[in-house]
This record gives sequence, C-alpha cells and structure tokens, in this order.
Amino acid sequence: MSSKRVLVCQGTGCISGGAEQIFSSLEEEIARFNLGESIQIKRTGCHGFCQRGPLVVIEPEGIFYSKVAPDDLPELAGSLLSGGKLAERLFYRDPITDKPIAHYRDIPFYNKQQRLVLRNCGNIDPENINDYLAVGGYQALRKALFELAPEQIIDEVKRSGLRGLGGAGFLAGQKWEVCRRATSDGKYVICNGDEGDPGAFQDRSVMEADPHSVLEGMLIAGYAVGAEHGFIYVRAEYPLAVKRLRIAIAQAREKGFLGKDILGSGFDFDVEIFQGAGAFVCGESTALVLSIEGKRGMPKPLPRPRTAEVGLWGKPTLLNNVKTFANIPLIITRGSEWFAARGTSRSKGTAIFSLTGKVANNGLIEVPMGITLRKIIYDIGGGIPGGKAFKAVQTGGPSGGCLSAELLDMPVDFDSLTTAGSMMGSGGMVVMDEDTCMVDVARYFLDFTWRESCGQCIPCRVGTEQMFNILDDITKGEGRPEDINLLLELSEAVVRGSLCALGQTAPNPVLTTIRYFRHEYEAHIREKRCPADVCQAL
Amino acid sequence: MEEELEEELLREILSFYKGKRGELIPILLEVQANFGYLPEEAILLIASFLNITEGQIYSLASFYSLFRLVPLGRRRVTVCRGTACHIRGGTQILQEAEKVLGLKEGETSSDLEYTLETVACIGCCALAPCIRVNRDVHGEMTLEKVRELFPTSNED
Repeated sequence: MSSKRVLVCQGTGCISGGAEQIFSSLEEEIARFNLGESIQIKRTGCHGFCQRGPLVVIEPEGIFYSKVAPDDLPELAGSLLSGGKLAERLFYRDPITDKPIAHYRDIPFYNKQQRLVLRNCGNIDPENINDYLAVGGYQALRKALFELAPEQIIDEVKRSGLRGLGGAGFLAGQKWEVCRRATSDGKYVICNGDEGDPGAFQDRSVMEADPHSVLEGMLIAGYAVGAEHGFIYVRAEYPLAVKRLRIAIAQAREKGFLGKDILGSGFDFDVEIFQGAGAFVCGESTALVLSIEGKRGMPKPLPRPRTAEVGLWGKPTLLNNVKTFANIPLIITRGSEWFAARGTSRSKGTAIFSLTGKVANNGLIEVPMGITLRKIIYDIGGGIPGGKAFKAVQTGGPSGGCLSAELLDMPVDFDSLTTAGSMMGSGGMVVMDEDTCMVDVARYFLDFTWRESCGQCIPCRVGTEQMFNILDDITKGEGRPEDINLLLELSEAVVRGSLCALGQTAPNPVLTTIRYFRHEYEAHIREKRCPADVCQAL
Repeated sequence: MEEELEEELLREILSFYKGKRGELIPILLEVQANFGYLPEEAILLIASFLNITEGQIYSLASFYSLFRLVPLGRRRVTVCRGTACHIRGGTQILQEAEKVLGLKEGETSSDLEYTLETVACIGCCALAPCIRVNRDVHGEMTLEKVRELFPTSNED
C-alpha cells in the first residue's frame, strides 16, 4: 500500500512560529479521515529553511509547504486525500519571478546544495531511533566493530582528508592517531556542541535533527582511539538539542548501541551530556575540558601537551565538533575514497553554513567545499532582497572577517578563507548589504570579544577593550586621523601576544574591514559621515 | 517555613550527586533552574557538599554568563545580540524593549515581573531579529511587535 508521509518540522525556528500546534492540529485533521496507515504524520528536526517556517513536507512527492498557519490546516489536510487539490498558496515563491514552486527539489535553495551531513535532517523523527535505523543508522558502527580494526578506522579517516569542522580545520585522522597512540588507563571522547559563535546554528540543528548520527560518530571514534566514555558539551542556550540528545542516548542504550559489550563486540562505551553555562572561550579545547572539570574555562598557555594526549582529568581526550562526528558514519559506510572525491584538494567533503543576514533565503545549507561565494549568496540565497546592493559577507564569526564583492568568485574552503583574512570558523555566513556600516560591524565584534575574553592575558583583555573604545569613538564621530594606524598596530600586538585563538583571531573583523572597506573608516573620521547611515551619532 | 522548604529542595537536588568537583556546573544549573538564581544559602550548602570554598563557587559563577546571583523577574525578556540580529536592527529592538519595559539591559522590575537581558546568540539567526521570553522565541521582530508583546507595561 502506498502511503504518504507528512513531515512537520520541529526545529527551534519552526517551533517559534507555532509548529508544535501545527503538528497536533494537523494530526487531528488527518485522524478524522480514518485512513489508518495510508497517511503517516511525523515530527522531524530542522529542514533548514527556517525563514520560511513553519514547514510541512509531503513525501514521497516532496511537496513543500511554507509559512503554514493553523487556518491553513483544513486545506492542507484536504490536499492529502486522493484527488485532493494542492494548497498552492502555501508554496514557496521564487523571490525574483514570484512563481510558486511545488516541490522542494525544484527550489534553488535546496537543489543547489549537497546534503551529506544534513542527509537525515528534516527527513526523520529525531526522537525515534527506528527512523534512524530505517535509513541505515548504526550500520557504520557494526562495520567498524566487526569488520575493521581501530587502526584501519583511523586510516580511513586519515585517507578521507576530513578536517575538523569546529573552525581550526585540523586533520581529524591525525588527531585520532595521536589519541590512539597515547597510553593511559582511560581516555575520553568529547563532542564539542558549544557553538558560541553568534550567527551560527548548524551544530544546534544537527543535534536537534539527527542526534544519532553524532552518537554513532562518537562511538566509532571511541572504538578507534580506545575510549570508553564520552561527553557531549552542549551550549546552554540549546534546550531542545539537550532534550533530543537525552532521548537519543536513552534509546541507544535500550537497543544496545551504548553501554557494556556493545552488540556483543566486547566494546564498552557510554555518553553523557554536559551543559555549558555560557562562555564563548569554552570552544577552545583546554577551556572546554576545564569547564567539564568544574572550573573557569581559561585556556592553558603553550607550550602544553595536546588535549589528545593530556586532556580531561589528565587523560588523553579526543575532542571534535558535532559536524565532524556526524561525517564519520558516512566515511565508514561509503569509504574514504567516496568522501575524498568531494571538495577541493586540501578541503574534502562539504561545508555547512548558516546563511543569514541581508539575503533573500535564510537558513541552513550544506555545499561542497570549493563552491564560490557568489553561488552560495545568489543561487542558493536568492541574492539581496529589496533591490539593495551587496556589500560584504562575514564568515567565521568573531574570529573571521568581512569579505567584499571582489571576492565573490573565490572558491570557499578552509585555506582560501584564511588567505582572504577570514576563516571557516564554525560556519556562520552573514550577508551584508549597502545599509550595513562596516565600522559598526567591526565595533560589534570587538564588543563581543571584549566581553568574552577570559581575562587571563593582557593583550586580549586590555587590547580588545582598547580596540573597542577606538571603534566606538569612530562610530560616534570622535575618530582621529591616526586611529586607523593605531588599530592596525594594536591588532598586531593582540594577534601576536594573546595566549589562545580567541585573542589571536579577535582583530580579524577589524583587519578585514580596514583592508576591504578603508574608505568607510575614512568617511567616519574625516567627513564625520556614516556612508550606510547606521551610526546614530553622525 | 518557606526557608525550610527551600533547604529541603536543595538537599533533594544534591542527593542525586556524588560530591565530585566536576558536578559543580551541573549542580549550579539545576539549582538555578529550580530557584531562578543562585541563593546565598544554596552556595554555602553546595560548597560544603563539594568540599570547596564559597569563593571558588563565586569565582566560577561570575565567569559563566548564565549564572545569576540575584532573583530575576517572572518573565525573562532576552534580546538576541547575534550578528544576523545586529545587522537586521537588533539594536533598535533592544532600545524599544528598554523603552516599553522601562528597564535597562540587565535590570529587573521592582515587582519582579520582568527582567531585560541580552544574549550573545540564540541560534535563530534565520529569523533575525529575535527576542526570547522565558523559553519562547519570537522571530522577525519589529518595533511594533515589541510593543504588542508587552502591552500592559508602562502604557499611559
């Protein structure tokens, strides 16, 4: 019997638009038809197109309904009956042609993406492990436990070329090998879900929408490096991710994927959730470890052993980002060659961005490494709304920078972004138009890093504050001609003198805005004018 | 009477923990979830439970942005300061919330009804600018929607 699946997105974005109510009311409407199993309704995690939420997707046809309101439900339910008319007014409309599009595979926001890590997001019920099993979940774990030795797994991860997706882009396989080789009576695996970068929400979406893929990646990592215990460090602002992970862990234990003697292999591994308490610096590995130990998260100065050698409670600790772990089941199942065929020569696989700001289509996207900024912003993002002109795109959060229009055709990967003065970071991508003031943006980021500096080293604590004060003066019309050079000089001192990556990258927003938008600084300082008309004092 | 109840609840919370230093953040989060902030008596009790000084707890609690040492209002209004919110007018949303609630960022109304705060990012960037009231996120905020959200406060 052919059956329709009605998928109601229950990501944080859609829930804020009333998606919980949409689900229960639609469930009632459908129940009234008495059609039994021929129409199934499911809650799913984030489908990615948060801006158009609440979202309802009808499979197998792939009909995409956006901005669904309670009043729309009788019509939407009626469309599910045989011979029912599609609710065309709920279709997504192309931002340029205004043409309604019925299927999500025809919407450029989706069909220009390559969804690997996000493969299950929006398609399965994250609170039901059977949904994950039905799409091949935990097959990679079986393969790892019964067909591969730990060294072979590490070789696979090395050959895949996967780089850590938390920001720094360190080769994942190398880190795994260091941790494997460290001798100790106990080791830990930590999944970093702290995602403190403002403007990024992809880790949250993966944890909310496909928690088992993260657990499976951690399990394989634990087996490969010889750890028996794992932690998922989740940002405190993400209550829904915590809830879904808790459910996933309980269900995985029940099915024998977590705990003692997993699937009869003799391998023991269990995972617990640790909620962060709000500190951006805890994204740094040694700070995160101290935080789990119940201390202030203050990064340890170099030289020091790597966390993979001496980490949590002095034991070797493998720390990777949420998306890095979510990639692992794919690499094990499909092989390193398959994975390495994607992306560029030095950045393999895909990149996930939170595409937001002054762009027509906002949401979570996954694209092959090496795609150009133009394709992301114009093809997937639908360009700049309201007939405004593109000005800049900000990547990498407070550690990254603002790139100008002349870089739109640059292929995006770890290395090209760094060369341009920005970075991949955790994957925020905020588009800015002619109404955005670049000095104000630099001031905004320094306000953030200054607040978030842990305070133990002077270049970061005092340097970022001084830089903020200068930027604040400029936006108030009190800038002096020598301020641009002073900012450059201070930036160098903060980059070279800071203990950890927070300080070392904090000047990037200032350096890139001076590099690409120096004329805006000059207009503020010399003409006491804000070209974008943002700075209220001018 | 009320104080006794509070201590009873505290002891019940602590009974689920073993007394290890690594439990400090989870304990503080749970106590705050129950009391809305970290009362002084709770800090004293937790310190003796974990065999650390109160100073060590204050040191930690003042480091992480989530912890509160004073009671908060029943409705916690949190304006997002994330990047997407910032460039889509988050500053004006904060100013409007300050005006409508008659509070500055970080303040609580004297009747303990409202607290106005900001947060680095709540991760709802596609719906920027955002406000969260207790656990409910309100996206695509406008000045008018801020006024609609808090209709009873400070309107003459």
